[in-house]
Amino acid sequence: MKHIISPTDLSVSELNELLDLSEEIIQDPKKFSDVCRGMKLATLFYEPSTRTRLSFEAAMLNLGGSILGFASADSSSAAKGESVADTIRVISSYADICAIRHPKEGAPLVASHFSSIPVINAGDGGHNHPTQTFTDLLTIKNLKGRLNNLTVGFCGDLKFGRTVHSLINALARYQNINFILISPEELRIPTYIREETLKANKLPFEETRNLEEAMPKLDILYMTRVQRERFFNEEDYIRLKDIYILDGRKMANAKEDMLVLHPLPRVNEISTEVDDDPRAVYFKQAQFGVYVRMALIMKLLEVK
Amino acid sequence: MLNIGGLNQGIVIDHIKVGGAMKIYSYLDLENKDVSVAIIKNARSNKMGKKDIIKIEGTMDDLDLDILGALDHQITINIIENGVIIDKKNPKLPDHVNNVLKCKNPRCITSVEPGLTHSFKLTDRANGIYRCEYCEQSFDRR
Repeated sequence: MKHIISPTDLSVSELNELLDLSEEIIQDPKKFSDVCRGMKLATLFYEPSTRTRLSFEAAMLNLGGSILGFASADSSSAAKGESVADTIRVISSYADICAIRHPKEGAPLVASHFSSIPVINAGDGGHNHPTQTFTDLLTIKNLKGRLNNLTVGFCGDLKFGRTVHSLINALARYQNINFILISPEELRIPTYIREETLKANKLPFEETRNLEEAMPKLDILYMTRVQRERFFNEEDYIRLKDIYILDGRKMANAKEDMLVLHPLPRVNEISTEVDDDPRAVYFKQAQFGVYVRMALIMKLLEVK
Repeated sequence: MLNIGGLNQGIVIDHIKVGGAMKIYSYLDLENKDVSVAIIKNARSNKMGKKDIIKIEGTMDDLDLDILGALDHQITINIIENGVIIDKKNPKLPDHVNNVLKCKNPRCITSVEPGLTHSFKLTDRANGIYRCEYCEQSFDRR
């Protein structure tokens, strides 16, 4: 039995298999509409999330399975003080696989230690969000045709943005990736990503505050939202929340085949005028999220 | 230099980062052990500028010296018998330590679930960096 807690819990070859299966599903989703009949996915969401939870649930329903779970800590026994360990022990007897989102970092790892069913981390605080990373990789692979030889810009909240950390760690395993990290000083990537992923693997990267200057170099622009819930100080959030806004003027400096990704939800950081640009693929990316979660559920449940 | 008498039998934990002696005193539970202890704070050091030292007179058979390396990777340990140093040790850093270091990240699951083992793994041997197994935050020795 395998758990997915970090995006690097899958080797590169396992990841390639997952992406290949996702591509098969994209080609003919109906072929897979019954492969999980009689199986149940539990979605344990201790933190509000519309997109990720519905994406997991849609994925399981698309495979012919059923779903159960809760959408906030208030509506679970966590409100009564139950530990993650006890909750997962019980849920293990109700479902075949579970996806867990928790505001505290490491909660899904704790769950995996006490679970008798596969655990998928659906986001833990500012830490990891592996299925978003798989979604991002599938989007790039499907639309660019490759996961090598890319200049990838990350823009916005690189400090608390778990999707950024996870995607950098995942892309670090592919060849000839050049990273451009665009953020204000206060939201630069954590030291451990800089030292232990980028520098330790001798990966080319630059850090800048200037989005305009970076635009022409990019094959991929990964925009992120400055997340209110990650700040202890409201003043800092207000000062930084609108620091980058991608608009048509900035897009004019980008390559014709550049892709703009965003893990969503978007607030102000991408102007709605960009939505009609064919390079804006963030809504397509959300759709790919369902396909890659279908593939992941199939892999973890070992169904063909 | 403050003068503390030499030991006949015991250990000297030397080159402790300034301010770290009480943490080691506390971890070793020296308060409840039947040994004589001298804590020297802010001692002059050629190597470190200033350092703390703990001298323990008596036997401590159950002492895991390598664990001390996780608390402070620079420390050295002198074993004294019959008034002379018979062994000098640099603790080897263990790959994993459980319930020795405590994660200080307020976003970590260990901050809200007190029953969990505080588990750390060594990720950078040269610099003695340990990271929490759950949230991956490095242990802050300050």
